[in-house]
Amino acid sequence: MKTKILLAAATAGVMFAGSVLASTLDDVRARGKLNCIINTGLAGFAAPDDKGNWTGFDVDFCKAVAAATLGDASKVNYTTATGKTRFTKLAAGEGEILSRNTTWTFSRDVDLSQTFIGVSYYDGQGFMVPKALGVKSAKGLDGASVCIQTGTTTELNLAEFFAANNMKYNPVPIETNSEAQELYKAGRCDVYTTDASGLYATMSSFDNPSDHMVLPEIVSKEPLGPVVRHGDDQWADIVGWTLRAMMAGEELNITSANVKSLAGKDNKNKEINRLLGKDPLQGLSKLGLSADWAVQVISQVGNYAEVFEKNLGMSTPLKIARGANQLYRDGGLFYIPPIK
Amino acid sequence: MTYLHSIWRNEKSREIIIQIFVLLCIGWFLSWLISNVDANFKALGKDISFEFLFIPAGYDINQYLIDYNNRDSHLRAGIVGLLNTGLVAFFGIILATFLGVTIGIIRLSKNWLASKIAYWYVEFTRNVPILLHILLWHGIIINTLPHPKQAISFADVSFLSNRGFYIPKMLTENGIELVYLFVVIGIIFSILFMKYAKKKQDLTGAQYPVFWINLSVIFTLPLIAFFLSGMPISLEIPALKGFNFRGGMYMSPELAALTFALGIYTAAFIAEIVRAGILAVDKGQKEAAESIGLKPSKVMSLVILPQARRVIIPPLTSQYLNLTKNSSLAIAIGYMDLVATLGGISLNQTGREMETMVIVMLIYLSVSLSISALMNWYNNRVKLVGR
Repeated sequence: MKTKILLAAATAGVMFAGSVLASTLDDVRARGKLNCIINTGLAGFAAPDDKGNWTGFDVDFCKAVAAATLGDASKVNYTTATGKTRFTKLAAGEGEILSRNTTWTFSRDVDLSQTFIGVSYYDGQGFMVPKALGVKSAKGLDGASVCIQTGTTTELNLAEFFAANNMKYNPVPIETNSEAQELYKAGRCDVYTTDASGLYATMSSFDNPSDHMVLPEIVSKEPLGPVVRHGDDQWADIVGWTLRAMMAGEELNITSANVKSLAGKDNKNKEINRLLGKDPLQGLSKLGLSADWAVQVISQVGNYAEVFEKNLGMSTPLKIARGANQLYRDGGLFYIPPIK
Repeated sequence: MTYLHSIWRNEKSREIIIQIFVLLCIGWFLSWLISNVDANFKALGKDISFEFLFIPAGYDINQYLIDYNNRDSHLRAGIVGLLNTGLVAFFGIILATFLGVTIGIIRLSKNWLASKIAYWYVEFTRNVPILLHILLWHGIIINTLPHPKQAISFADVSFLSNRGFYIPKMLTENGIELVYLFVVIGIIFSILFMKYAKKKQDLTGAQYPVFWINLSVIFTLPLIAFFLSGMPISLEIPALKGFNFRGGMYMSPELAALTFALGIYTAAFIAEIVRAGILAVDKGQKEAAESIGLKPSKVMSLVILPQARRVIIPPLTSQYLNLTKNSSLAIAIGYMDLVATLGGISLNQTGREMETMVIVMLIYLSVSLSISALMNWYNNRVKLVGR
């Protein structure tokens, strides 16, 4: 009898966990905290600071969503995931957002039942070599030993690049970034390859970053962005428009410093009024957000440019140039749909 | 009612009833597990399918015993991985057996220093986790050996560096068939000679140096054929070109580290098994053998070890299985075995975690069962001969 009850309870639990819950937003509000899945540690994107608080580009996006939905950027629980476990964790409901430099691909979007809501960082796979090697181009890597961090699209890009250029190589696949770094430093490999952002992050953690360089060739498209589960369009819209609000903030010159004063007055540019809640923004109530959602995001976290410069920009050890990651008007790839 | 009671009271029938009940419970639990997985997969919008095995894998593998390139299927990538698992298990088992038997015998030596060294070897090695052994050996190899440009050269034909050990490769040309033929003739001669020598010894007691005669025959005959047919073998000598050595054959640092680690770790267990096996042979056997004037080495190889084998083989089998299964830790240092290919990169590229894991588990199961079957066959043979 006892076992029967236990089994019934277990079955019910499994069924309950398997079913899609009514509204992700209601869940987050009821809990009072947002659950966010981030990287186990990648300088600039998600890494603990000296006080043990998570900081970084991906972390700031979690904070922005918390500011939009809960009005408080600090109300986030962080869960870490490796390249292998991230989708499983998202599917299992361990977080509402996967904000972990994840490449948007067809199969991941369609086959794995999850929704990519936009691109927050345009990346591409690159190669890092010691300067002493004297290599200036990835085309000169014929015969090299290449350390790869597995569990990503990296292996396929690498194989295609070397095959397309009729070059041979010796792959050394390694499970985590830190182990791959050790092999690279010990000279087991001539080259280390992963997304260029990851290479800069890795290089910034070396004793002598200036002894190494990232080769100019970028061999793949890696549009990175936040991911949510399939099936809750309201939540996907909230997360997507939070990202766009940060970019619109940069476009409209709204910064964390001036957002409060801009929100308090009637601006000539009516798009600023609509974004900051001065003028009505049709449909906002359907998202279930308060009128000052964008003010909360920009005042507590900052606009896209501020977040980028704070975590990845020239003033940080990573020294990543904006490149493709700037507004269309500045020569980048971000073209934001109008806020109207 | 009383009839039912009598069935329950009967010890034999009660046992059967309980067993049937337990079997039903297990069966019900398993079917519940499977249907649960199935239901959850459906809820996630996933299906169970093995079609991914036949699409191109798209990734490269750094060591392949059969032809492979990144346009081959996931299935072939898995087979390449399986062969790599088999290769490292094979080398590991040879090293572990050789080392284990030697250490086991030394451990019983009357020489205080030798037996203490063997004792500390066993105690140190088997009490450190195998993963640390693997990482340690890999670390030693890649950190202490020089870069290819400063490689240690052996007569300019073999090179040792942190990219591996490169040796010349034999390339065969026309006329090689004669050499192969003489190798076969040499082996047949050796077998016949071995039988003849044994018969002769049984009849007259006269002994021939069988090992040395056979060895020279097996080497000399093909060598004569080699010169007769105009030296149909050429060597491809590895040479430094660009970043690395090209040509020749090589053993990667990963394969070497894994072989050392698995061999040395498992040897500690085998040493203890060998020691136990030798101690299990009655002391009188040794004394009797010594009393008829056999040399200590002959006492060991002719009297003690053949009898100890009966005790040694069954636990030795499980050590061989352990070694093979432990080789799946290869992924830690980037050796591309079955777990790293089919159970690693293929899993990630296709998202078929359930299917790949089931296949990998079934393969390990069948490999283990095959090794068991082989060792059981050998065990039965030894048992019959020994008694």
